[in-house]
Amino acid sequence: MKEEDRLEERNPMEEFLRMDRMPHIWCPGCGLGTVVASFAAALRKSQVDLNKVAIVSGIGCTGRVAGYVKLDSFHTTHGRPVPFATGLKLANPELKVVVFSGDGDIVGIGGNHFIHAARRNMDILVICVNNFNYAMTGGQVAATTPIQANLSTAPYGNFEYPFNLPYLADACGAIYVARWTSLHLRRVTKSIQEALAKKGFSFIEVITPCVTLYARRNRLGDGLNLLKYYYENSEIQHGADTRTLDIDFQGKIIVGKFIDKEKPTFFECMNTHLKKVLGDKYRPYYGE
Amino acid sequence: MKKVKADPKGVLTGAHYLDGDFAIAEGGLAAGCRFFAGYPITPSTETAERFAERIPYVGGVFIQMEDEIASILALIGASWAGVKSMTVTSGPGFSLMMENIGLACMMEVPLVIANVQRGGPSTGLPTLTGQGDMMQVKWGSHGDYEIIALSPDSPQECFDLTIKAFNLSEMYRVPAFIMTDECVGHMHEKVVIPPAEEIEVVNRKMYEGPKDKYLPYKPDKDHVPFMVKAGDGYRFHTTGLTHDERGYPVINAECQDWCVRHLVDKIRKNAHKIIEYKEDGMDGAEIVVVSYGITSRVAVKAIQDARKAGIKVGSLRLITVWPFPEERIKELAKKIKAFVVPEINLGQIRREVERCAFGQAPAIGVPHCGGWVHNPDDILRAIKEAAK
Ligand code: SF4
Repeated sequence: MKEEDRLEERNPMEEFLRMDRMPHIWCPGCGLGTVVASFAAALRKSQVDLNKVAIVSGIGCTGRVAGYVKLDSFHTTHGRPVPFATGLKLANPELKVVVFSGDGDIVGIGGNHFIHAARRNMDILVICVNNFNYAMTGGQVAATTPIQANLSTAPYGNFEYPFNLPYLADACGAIYVARWTSLHLRRVTKSIQEALAKKGFSFIEVITPCVTLYARRNRLGDGLNLLKYYYENSEIQHGADTRTLDIDFQGKIIVGKFIDKEKPTFFECMNTHLKKVLGDKYRPYYGE
Repeated sequence: MKKVKADPKGVLTGAHYLDGDFAIAEGGLAAGCRFFAGYPITPSTETAERFAERIPYVGGVFIQMEDEIASILALIGASWAGVKSMTVTSGPGFSLMMENIGLACMMEVPLVIANVQRGGPSTGLPTLTGQGDMMQVKWGSHGDYEIIALSPDSPQECFDLTIKAFNLSEMYRVPAFIMTDECVGHMHEKVVIPPAEEIEVVNRKMYEGPKDKYLPYKPDKDHVPFMVKAGDGYRFHTTGLTHDERGYPVINAECQDWCVRHLVDKIRKNAHKIIEYKEDGMDGAEIVVVSYGITSRVAVKAIQDARKAGIKVGSLRLITVWPFPEERIKELAKKIKAFVVPEINLGQIRREVERCAFGQAPAIGVPHCGGWVHNPDDILRAIKEAAK
């Protein structure tokens, strides 16, 4: 088919996607696609120069996002997109660097990097798709799995306390913290837009159904059911105390924007401090 | 690949009294390194300290990361932003870096890692010397790949070879290693830093064609693909997965064969251009002492004593340990009686010499577990034994 003949079939996200890599590997009904759609919409609406946006993923189902988005895109190793993003951003401060990865990647194996990047107020945006399990490897228990949920390495149900991610990000110093479910399409888009406009460590958690593993194993219906369930079971509480945001198995999910503040970034602190101490001898670095 | 003169901002021209660790930092700065991410570990920390102190005057970034894993990842990220990057570490930190040394190889990213070796395994001997990571640097990450490793024997060489490591790394889009040890790292000696215009620096070859035609993994004639940097509008993709010329993952045996052979070939087929060694007294030698790093300095005394005792001894000092000078060992093996290989480990490079000698000449080790350098008499004894 010639290009002009297939105009009507064009995906409105084509500008943002590597169409030569479609179809993607995600299961039908997986919530990941909608989060990518929100991301693309946010990029379009915020009119950022796409040449100056870099996306970094780790490993896992969400880790594949970097491979489908038409930006400078880096598919790194398991748990390591945050320190990769740190190097990329510091070496070229002009870039908007977005880490797009899953819960296992960002706060499981990569938890140490996450807390330190937040502590330093590294100027990156972390979008964490939380599907409550290690999906790519077949549905194992994760640091985010609610108590009771059944997974292949918690065959009698999970009994470990899970992380409350907004609280973790907040406690470590993030300047923007929000949580949505993936059906909050417009809200997710708006949050990403807001976070892209901010300077500093921003964190957005998106609760997303994993239909094939988490939903099936826990008999939670198909993707659409679960998507709706998360949405309908959520309650918007902007500015809620992040300590109160634990998620129980099939319980209420508090969503909203919890933190939105200003604080100098690592890079700004470095420049201001060294300039103050060394005066004119300091040669600031802007990635020349 | 572009050869240029060093940027004078990073070159501390003059004669200095430096230890090896400091000289590594100066070598990096002279080579144009402007990004350093590291984590403190004995006996390598002084390199990070020196870089942290110097970089505000040069223009660049020093960041102390949360661990060595984060450090190498930050290097890979910074290198993709087009900035020359380095770190320094020792045994335990080196082990932590292994997975992502593989990522750097797979993504074909230039960067330099200095390993100031100490005694291992595990925490081993934090403050005392060792050369036990010589095989780890070659094989430590999983899968087949090739790297470049250089072994300085003095603070002056720490400076010179760090520049060389950067140049090779940029030339071949591969991580390059400075495999020194605690003894050289903490040894203070005169280090002469030449004027910037006398230092040759190599920059990676950058792609300049049409933006939509860029293929990050299409090998050029010299086997090395062109690079771009993030933010320049190429909107390229790179991954640790097996990938095709576009950098897109392809999970099958054909692509694996193409991808991995390429990583290996770009070094193996250029090995003759990369390998450097220093020879002395090879004419008519019956015994050849193969050594590297600090051990080659100790071996000098043993070689002198053996010559006084009438034994014809040659010295082959490895500057490049990896790729290994296979051909040279093979040639020598046909002419000589035996190799003697002293090293501060239980025979890592000795076995490599033995392999390359194809049974033509034995490779006699002078093994030593670490903690201190050899007593030259032990090497002398091995030479005498070999000459019998
Ligand atoms: S396994 Fe789960 S998270 Fe992964 S693609 Fe399928 S539905 Fe989505």
